[in-house]
Amino acid sequence: MRKISNPPTNSPVVSLKDVHKSFDKLKVLDGVDFEVDRGEVLAIIGRSGSGKSTALRCIDRFETIDSGEIVVCGHRVNDPKLNLRALRQDVGIVFQSYNLFPHLTIEENIILAPCSVKRVGKAQAKEQAQQVLAQVGLEDKLHQYPEQLSGGQQQRAAIARSLAMQPKVMLFDEVTSALDPELTGEVLKVIEALAANGMTMVMVTHEMGFARGIADRVVFMHRGRVHEIGSAAILTSPATPELAQFVGTGL
Amino acid sequence: MGGSLNINHLMFLGQGALWTIGLSLIGLIGGGIAGFIIALCRISPSRVVRLLSAGYVQLIQGTPLLVIMFLTYFGLPTLGLTVSPLTAAGASLTIYVAAYLGEIWRGCIQSVPRPQWEAAEGLALSRVQRMTKVILPQAVRIATPPTVGFMVQIIKNTSLASVVGFVELARSGQIINNSLFEPFLIYAIIAVIYFALCYPVSRISRRLEARDGPVRPIIETA
Repeated sequence: MRKISNPPTNSPVVSLKDVHKSFDKLKVLDGVDFEVDRGEVLAIIGRSGSGKSTALRCIDRFETIDSGEIVVCGHRVNDPKLNLRALRQDVGIVFQSYNLFPHLTIEENIILAPCSVKRVGKAQAKEQAQQVLAQVGLEDKLHQYPEQLSGGQQQRAAIARSLAMQPKVMLFDEVTSALDPELTGEVLKVIEALAANGMTMVMVTHEMGFARGIADRVVFMHRGRVHEIGSAAILTSPATPELAQFVGTGL
Repeated sequence: MGGSLNINHLMFLGQGALWTIGLSLIGLIGGGIAGFIIALCRISPSRVVRLLSAGYVQLIQGTPLLVIMFLTYFGLPTLGLTVSPLTAAGASLTIYVAAYLGEIWRGCIQSVPRPQWEAAEGLALSRVQRMTKVILPQAVRIATPPTVGFMVQIIKNTSLASVVGFVELARSGQIINNSLFEPFLIYAIIAVIYFALCYPVSRISRRLEARDGPVRPIIETA
């Protein structure tokens, strides 16, 4: 399905090494390490304020880090000479609040970046828009405006917009937190299909059942550190009291 | 003295009113172009550019338009640069309007929600592409009502051009009054014409606000 471009040996797609980050005096990340391999789905869970969203945003350089190293698809993210736009062509990000562009139709939202960043022809971009919209089950919404769609549909359209750039890794930042259970289900189904197609994904999520279902590995963050990491099995048999307490209240 | 108000006087007032409209348009277009540049400078990634443009806005907003007119019309000739009343009035108005529109528009650009910038960044759009394709189209909608509202200020402020001898509506009224000496009648006519120019504009502004803006009570002042 997806074309996998320039695989540089077997190095991980995303790697964080001893990442530290503070907002003023508040330490948000206190030595975070983890890696994501090609085709892997990594779920990051943890309490509010545990640093999970910040860690995710650092991967796409929406936050700069104080120390440590982040490498994403061969880009050294903390390098001051980083080619930011090259990094963001390789990384797709989907936000909690969808952030579709309200003045553009769904189709225009999707073809904007391919046309202006990758210089894809309009006809080809439109064809591709149809394809990614079919992937998220919204092929009939091409010419509607975001406000005419439900929250779940908007989030799926936002996923399609990211997919149109053919990223090598997708980041999901609590993408279902603003949705009711029914709409959450339709978004999760789309993400599941992406996982089945072999997309590399990092997702911050509150959906424990979902994390257990599709994540190859789960990272539990606590006080700015990776407190526990392992297969989805750690959710059912946690090794630390903190995770036990978290899933005990979370499930 | 010079008899009573006749059709020639009214024609003269009409001509003055046309110059008021003309000067307003010069201020709007000149100030609009300069103001747009100021707005972009105010949010520039460069600190120096931000500080310089902020300084300009502060300086002009802290100076009466009247003084700016004096400076350009009477001040520049002492530096060897003679300007016509129209040039002086047009330039002063442009300088003045640019500071205000620049600040209004900066606010409008920055009021496009932060996540919209991030989403555009996440899609690898360049800064110029983010601006022109994502932020500005949304900012224009936000900016339209206050901009149209500010046009009323521009129209009224053109009356200050009379002090540099530019014959717009207020000045033409003064001239007629000098010969007829009917101040109440003539200035009442002037007031009505200003109102006739400004009222439709402020109506449009209020209509736009009601259509695009958040729901809020409309306070009738007119």
